[in-house]
Amino acid sequence: MAIKESKKFAKAKSLNEVDTHYCSGCGHGIVHHLITQVIDELNMAENTIAIAPVGCAVIAYDYWAFDSSEAAHGRTLAVATGIKRCQPDKLVFSYQGDGDLASIGLAETIHAANRGENISCIFINNACYGMTGGQMAPTTLVGQKTATTPKGRDPGAGQGWPLQISEMLAKLNGVKYVVRSSVATPAKVKETYNYIKKAFTVQLNREGFSLVEILSSCPTVWRLDPVQSNEWINTEMVKQFPLGVIKE
Amino acid sequence: MVSENILMTGNEAMAQAAITAGCHFYAGYPITPQNELIAYMAKHMPDQERVFIQAESELAAINMVFGAAASGKRAMTSSSSPGISLKQEGISYLAAAELPAVIINVMRGGPGLGNIATSQSDYFQATRGGGHGDYFTPCFAPWSVQEAYELVKLIFDLSDYYRTPSLILADAIIGQMMEPLNLKTKYPISRKLPQKTWALTGARKRKPKVIRSLILKEGALCEHNEHLRKKWEEIKAKEQRFATYKSKAIEYLVIAYGSQARLIQEAVDILRKDGIKIGLFRPISLWPYPVKGLKKTSKDVKKIFVVEQSLGQMVDDVRLALPKNEVHFLGKAGGGIPDVGQIIKFIKKKIKT
Ligand SMILES: Cc1ncc(C[n+]2csc(CCOP(=O)(O)OP(=O)(O)O)c2C)c(N)n1
Ligand code: SF4
Repeated sequence: MAIKESKKFAKAKSLNEVDTHYCSGCGHGIVHHLITQVIDELNMAENTIAIAPVGCAVIAYDYWAFDSSEAAHGRTLAVATGIKRCQPDKLVFSYQGDGDLASIGLAETIHAANRGENISCIFINNACYGMTGGQMAPTTLVGQKTATTPKGRDPGAGQGWPLQISEMLAKLNGVKYVVRSSVATPAKVKETYNYIKKAFTVQLNREGFSLVEILSSCPTVWRLDPVQSNEWINTEMVKQFPLGVIKE
Repeated sequence: MVSENILMTGNEAMAQAAITAGCHFYAGYPITPQNELIAYMAKHMPDQERVFIQAESELAAINMVFGAAASGKRAMTSSSSPGISLKQEGISYLAAAELPAVIINVMRGGPGLGNIATSQSDYFQATRGGGHGDYFTPCFAPWSVQEAYELVKLIFDLSDYYRTPSLILADAIIGQMMEPLNLKTKYPISRKLPQKTWALTGARKRKPKVIRSLILKEGALCEHNEHLRKKWEEIKAKEQRFATYKSKAIEYLVIAYGSQARLIQEAVDILRKDGIKIGLFRPISLWPYPVKGLKKTSKDVKKIFVVEQSLGQMVDDVRLALPKNEVHFLGKAGGGIPDVGQIIKFIKKKIKT
């Protein structure tokens, strides 16, 4: 991935210089940049332990110049809990897709949040399962076509409605900060940087669980080009997943 | 702090053993017949500034243990049969990532929800990896409260030494019976343990570390499996454990483990009074199976009897170890226990035929 040097978005020190494995226009790479920049700014690279999910971001640790662990699919916040409870002084964050966090790992997600684990969760909502070839995710929009909803997601056909995880988790006492953002415009990218920083700061202040949900493009599964993908986020996804701070 | 000689259930003794062994992290989910263990940990871990979590499920518990182990801390979880099935995913990941951890299974009747009576029906699961992929987990089976206490301490060392998850396979009788326990027995440490240089502790003055089990590079997973194979071979060679009872100059040998071996001991005494030259061989390590000891002990015997609280699981390992011997099996599953009378009748009948 060619990285344009600019003052604000120069390559972070804690971002490794490796070729990206993400598809062009994928939101994961942008979020990796933001996370590593925040960690640099907080000067926490030596004190961070990240947990990568199973999903397209499974090898996120290849990009990160800090300690990381894998977790079995969906068990990300359980692994994060084990690490954080053993090392309360470390900055511990999970990085999870919507399948990992909101489907197979939903129990682990809700209970880590409800215990008020002092962990930050970066939640990539791309409305599909990227890694396995574009199946329905809990966050897939009504009418959205995927490999397993070939006629478009139809709640009337027993396929359920899009799950609004952030709104659900915001209701829990252990959760101290919840925000939904996107990386679909330059302005939103900048905002997301601040939200991630805020979430990490909440953790460093030992306040409790923090969640940053990020609407993130998956041009490959959506069968759109990168520009159209961002437009789809800005026009369609935000209707189901309104942006902004949900709890602080 | 507990005094040195006390009456305890096996479940409590195993919990105390973990604390004595320096277990820093415990996560578990309630299930009978191991509830005394989780309750003991809930009571005593926080006092010593260690971590106790009642997890939302066994899946969560084993993965919390994964995180704690990745942090370089001694970590344990416990459950009973249905819960251990749920932990299998996590155990496979622990084995793949070479993270030490201790898992206690206080077995109950199965399959399915089964019942809460004692059972030895998880032997296959415990000794054949249990989850997906090519791996094994060292597995010790205690036959008394005291031995449960000793084996838990020992298996923490073994797990750290080999970087592997390990199991204690107890049964409901061992978990729930009360016996006097001597806490004076020495600990630590059974062997020189390697530094946990692989632990995730923050990349300060060193390169970042990753704990993973995804190995995509061509040929690399084969290599990793080979590396693991060598470890399993080493464990097989060095960690076989067993005990015998009246096993000298015998014509017949009974093989049993865990609580079932206690009944066999009684049966052996009665049979010997009738002039039958019979002894007991009791595997303590179920994996690795104590093949060397078994071969030696059974060298001159005419017939072998295997008794289990199952429909016949360990008997497979006996037959694999002793393909030429005459092996007879007596077992009951679903909470049934072959009792002393039945054992004696069975053995006498098989001796005659
Ligand atoms: C237990 C288990 N079930 C299924 C899979 C296959 N699998 C891998 S990633 C994935 C879904 C990933 O989707 P998501 O979490 O949304 O992340 P994305 O790839 O979209 O970034 C699935 C089902 C697995 N690895 N493990
Ligand atoms: S499939 Fe989608 S989420 Fe996965 S790398 Fe490609 S664009 Fe990104």
